[in-house]
Amino acid sequence: MMNRRFLLRGLGGIACSAAAHPFLSTVTLAQSNGAAPLGDHRLIVVILRGAMDGLDAVQPVGDADFARLRPTLAGGGTDLDGFFALHPELGGLMPLWQAGGLGFVHATSTPYRDKRSHFDGQDMLEAGTGFDVAPGAARDGWMNRILQSVPGLTAETAYAVGREAQPMLEGPGQARFWTPDVTLDLSAQSRLLLEHIYHDDDLFREAATDAMDLAAMGMPEADMAGNARLADIDTLVDFAAARLQAETRIAAFSLSGWDTHRRQKAAIGLSFRRLQHLILQMQARVGPDVWGKTVLLAVTEFGRTVAENGSGGTDHGTGGVMLVAGGAVRGGRVMGQWPGLDEASLYDRRDLMPTSDVRAWAAWAMRGMYGFDRGLLEGTVFPGLQMGDDPGMLL
Amino acid sequence: MTNDLHALSAIRFGTGLPAPEGTTSPEGMLAALAGPDIAAAAWPGVTMAEVLPAYRVASEARRAVQQDQGQRDAYRAAIRAVQGQQTQGFLVQLVRGVGAADGFRERLVQFWADHFTTEPKFRQDAGLNAAMVEQAIRPHVGGRFADMLAAVTLHPAMLIYLDQVQSVGPASRAGQRRGAGLNENLARELIELHTLGVGGTYAQTDVRAAAELLTGLSANAEEGFVFNPNMAEPGPETVLGTTYGDTGLAPVTDLLADLARHPDTARHLAQKLAVHFVSDTPDPAQVAAMAEAYLANDCALAPMYAAMLAHPAAMALPRTKARQPFDFLVAALRALQVPPDKILALSRGNLRKRLLIPLRGMGQEWGLPGGPDGWEEAAEAWITPQGMAGRISWAMEHPATFGPLPDARDLVGVALGGLASERLIWAVNASENQREGVGLILASPEFNRR
Repeated sequence: MMNRRFLLRGLGGIACSAAAHPFLSTVTLAQSNGAAPLGDHRLIVVILRGAMDGLDAVQPVGDADFARLRPTLAGGGTDLDGFFALHPELGGLMPLWQAGGLGFVHATSTPYRDKRSHFDGQDMLEAGTGFDVAPGAARDGWMNRILQSVPGLTAETAYAVGREAQPMLEGPGQARFWTPDVTLDLSAQSRLLLEHIYHDDDLFREAATDAMDLAAMGMPEADMAGNARLADIDTLVDFAAARLQAETRIAAFSLSGWDTHRRQKAAIGLSFRRLQHLILQMQARVGPDVWGKTVLLAVTEFGRTVAENGSGGTDHGTGGVMLVAGGAVRGGRVMGQWPGLDEASLYDRRDLMPTSDVRAWAAWAMRGMYGFDRGLLEGTVFPGLQMGDDPGMLL
Repeated sequence: MTNDLHALSAIRFGTGLPAPEGTTSPEGMLAALAGPDIAAAAWPGVTMAEVLPAYRVASEARRAVQQDQGQRDAYRAAIRAVQGQQTQGFLVQLVRGVGAADGFRERLVQFWADHFTTEPKFRQDAGLNAAMVEQAIRPHVGGRFADMLAAVTLHPAMLIYLDQVQSVGPASRAGQRRGAGLNENLARELIELHTLGVGGTYAQTDVRAAAELLTGLSANAEEGFVFNPNMAEPGPETVLGTTYGDTGLAPVTDLLADLARHPDTARHLAQKLAVHFVSDTPDPAQVAAMAEAYLANDCALAPMYAAMLAHPAAMALPRTKARQPFDFLVAALRALQVPPDKILALSRGNLRKRLLIPLRGMGQEWGLPGGPDGWEEAAEAWITPQGMAGRISWAMEHPATFGPLPDARDLVGVALGGLASERLIWAVNASENQREGVGLILASPEFNRR
């Protein structure tokens, strides 16, 4: 699965104002009150699909067992704090780390355990549910539940950029999805007739109406086929950044290419460079004021085995790493409790033992930024979550 | 309106209308499936006899270009050849769907090809999937699942895609010599996706033991599939409580046979088939009857299909599923009655412009579902603003490029039988030209639902 297509999608969960988006249809904005109920903070979530190897990203070089378990993968990184080192392909993030705008949470995971299926793991990450709800049963993602729960944020306040479904935003609080390279050129008469034939089928009517509205807005050109490996990130970051500077408060991207079963040393470099590029490009595009109010969380469905496998790669594991960046972050440190890599400390004798729930960190970030109360976060956004004590992740 | 069941069955279980009389009843569909594969004879597919030599040339060219950049042109030509085979696989599947009387068989091939998704891992692998579908899947869609599972699991396309060729028993000769070891990827997906399903009763230890048992399965550019005893982990392995012996290929094929006849596999396959053909939330009684028929008939698939078709839910309304983008293109070309020869004769550029690029815009780039779990099933995954923009623009712009347009007032009946709504008929009559009228029909909910 190493060649899962690179896919990147963004969306802005936004409280649109008619002034900011004059071409959005009145249907889209009819229920918007034009207020900005989320205040000034921006949340950017990057889902790393395919299970990023956290032990490669943030290497525990100070752990006595690490070099033995990772004979070809360990080494070459930049020292972070005397115990952890940053993968060389993420070296461009060091200035951000030194300025305090970048941190990591190690040995964290969702509550997903044991079967190590990408698909269930991603469902749980995006749905934000624990074992109280079977994987796949809660199809509305946690970001969508925020849109539904926060007064003043009306439905239809988000739109997405990309080719795949984005379960994190699926659900009744409507989100909009769009790849900026589809054109739809219709006469007014054709549009009227299409609206007529879609009238009685809700699914078709809503999808087609959004299609016709968004096409009329005019989206930026993108060369998806060109496959310029970093340029396609620029297109989508530019699209999202422009909206984050305006009314958008929440954006989500998805970055594939992390399922490194073989020859990881060669395979993971491009994925790290893309992640790094996304972060630095976003920082540059939104500008210092917005970046100062931004928290970016990069999360993955689970980590990978602590030991290399027989083909220079790693297989599906459990505990992993979350990356935290942004001007609102108290960075420059690796957070979380380190469990150790000796065999007795591992999960199932093979994986990094998770010592925290990745959802708790996200919940505390949202509580810090938007003031959501614990009841909303533990009951609605992440049902069944125990947030625990404030980890002090934000400034 | 007497055509309703005929139309519904042709759209739900086949590749759409028009369909010959007698081909859409359950008996008609099952009889055609039991008979000769007429479409494969009429429009021959890509086989390993052509794919393997091209794969070998491309693999060698890749090695050569890594040594010497001067070999670049030869490498490019070799890659174009294997990519041409991938495109040929697409074209053949498309024209069979457009031209076949037996649309049910074509849909089953698509279903099982998706169940056993493979993607090219490197550029030189591009042709392998087409040959796997043609030779390891298609001959078995009316036969036994156990045979299909064995043929696919031992196929180079699968062994390469899910890293089995990299997996070495740590205690095997190769493992000892090279210090190489296991790769769990194929073992995991074999259990999680291909047989028991993620809800099945298995544990990580079963995946591990299966991975050890699968060592030795490999592929090379000269022979295709090979069993390499030097890579095989010595010693017996216990998977799901059964212990398998330690030498040769036989224990692997025993494991595959046991996985095929496992009750979790029966449930998983029945559920997936019912979800694909009937409803995203199928009637549990229908699924149970299908699983039972499969187990009672030694993994034969036709009795499972018969149980699906015999259940009242098979013809229930409303139609809640959506045609996937590839099926949408097939059904549109079929309704427009475009001759298959005309499609096969499209230039490379026109093929891309009229079919492959629009397909990608609708969300279904050919051969690249993005992971071994294949394409999404839910209508909501396809009928998105993005997907509808793609369908509407294709329906409005492309049909005329395939030949003279039919009269839209006739096309309503040809494409939908008695399933067209009053709203659609009104809109077609109100359209300002044939192009728009045809576009409305192909973009309509009635045409895109199944």
